[in-house]
Amino acid sequence: MGLPAMGLRALLLLVMCAAGAQGLYFHIGETEKRCFIEEIPDETMVIGNYRTQMWDKQKEVFLPSTPGLGMHVEVKDPDGKVVLSRQYGSEGRFTFTSHTPGEHQICLHSNSTRMALFAGGKLRVHLDIQVGEHANNYPEIAAKDKLTELQLRARQLLDQVEQIQKEQDYQRYREERFRLTSESTNQRVLWWSIAQTVILILTGIWQMRHLKSFFEAKKLV
Amino acid sequence: MPRPGSAQRWVAAAGRWGCWLLALLLLLVTGPGCASEITFELPDNAKQCFYEDIAQGTKCTLEFQVITGGHYDVDCRLEDPDGKVLYKEMKKQYDSFTFTASKNGTYKFCFSNEFSTFTHKTVYFDFQVGEDPPLFPSENRVSALTQMESACVSIHEALKSVIDYQTHFRLREAQGRSRAEDLNTRVAYWSVGEALILLVVSIGQVFLLKSFFSDKRTTTTRVGS
Repeated sequence: MGLPAMGLRALLLLVMCAAGAQGLYFHIGETEKRCFIEEIPDETMVIGNYRTQMWDKQKEVFLPSTPGLGMHVEVKDPDGKVVLSRQYGSEGRFTFTSHTPGEHQICLHSNSTRMALFAGGKLRVHLDIQVGEHANNYPEIAAKDKLTELQLRARQLLDQVEQIQKEQDYQRYREERFRLTSESTNQRVLWWSIAQTVILILTGIWQMRHLKSFFEAKKLV
Repeated sequence: MPRPGSAQRWVAAAGRWGCWLLALLLLLVTGPGCASEITFELPDNAKQCFYEDIAQGTKCTLEFQVITGGHYDVDCRLEDPDGKVLYKEMKKQYDSFTFTASKNGTYKFCFSNEFSTFTHKTVYFDFQVGEDPPLFPSENRVSALTQMESACVSIHEALKSVIDYQTHFRLREAQGRSRAEDLNTRVAYWSVGEALILLVVSIGQVFLLKSFFSDKRTTTTRVGS
């Protein structure tokens, strides 16, 4: 592919991506809350970028940018504790680092009062969440630490391997949890079966004795 | 062949720099390759759609998996900018679909849980658009990659597939673990419930039987006298 063709393709992709900024987007209602789950090992950095656009009912189009539109971002760790709870503008970037491995919940909701004026307001949210190694910005790292090309490539490989290692540790932790759950089920099935058999036998004995004394009292036996 | 004039050389240089700048800008603005990996919860009777603007000729891959909930299945539908359905599957647990964008525009894909009455589903999807851009704008390189650099590139690709396999393994394990925890709670509730039912039924039987005999006694005495 010649230089001009490559440049043109890059430009087209840039325009497409810039117009859609951060690629993927979805629609959200007025006070609707949208939650996303990230299952990550500990000490992993997560960077989220978002951009919101408001639906203009008269023009039937999404406005390019609306000042005064706010999004509340809340991040909860696997134990339910709030790690991050902040209000950002219509365009924002949030970062957090996990301290416990597990399912982190990232919730977004709009609490802009202006939306109440537009009945049936709809919001377009562009979202991009990068986890771990993908969150690193390599050209920036190269510029900051003044790395040569080979050093930067080695750094990227090191980051990837570190991420794999963290995931493996997390995997071991999860497998242990899974094993505990299975053993607990096993124990429960065993003890409850024994308990139910014992209850069955005891109630049977009680029934017979009670009825026997009842019939003897009634002089039928 | 006539020597290129200074104006032409300037244009060529500007073109080269412009392409480099664009590629760098592309890298900074979009990050590693417009790939989105998202896990979200789909409530019962709900449908959730995601959109992405894709350029023509870009190779894209959509991969999804249901992690928790009910029978671990979901409906998925992918439409191109004209509304033509490119991919449609009902009640699928896991699938991967690769396509090349035939036209520019907004592509839409939706996950639906409308067939389910009360189970929430957790769905994971990975939407990869185009290839990951290279670490450096290597299209502008004068020389080919050295052996060291191409070794690094192949290690990078191999590690990427390792991470990919790890993700799939993690999802399957999460699915298995969710089923195991479901089973655990269900065993507990059903056992307690059954024990109670057993007690109630046996005590109830005895009292019901007793009540039959007390009625019969009064009728026999009346007949006797």
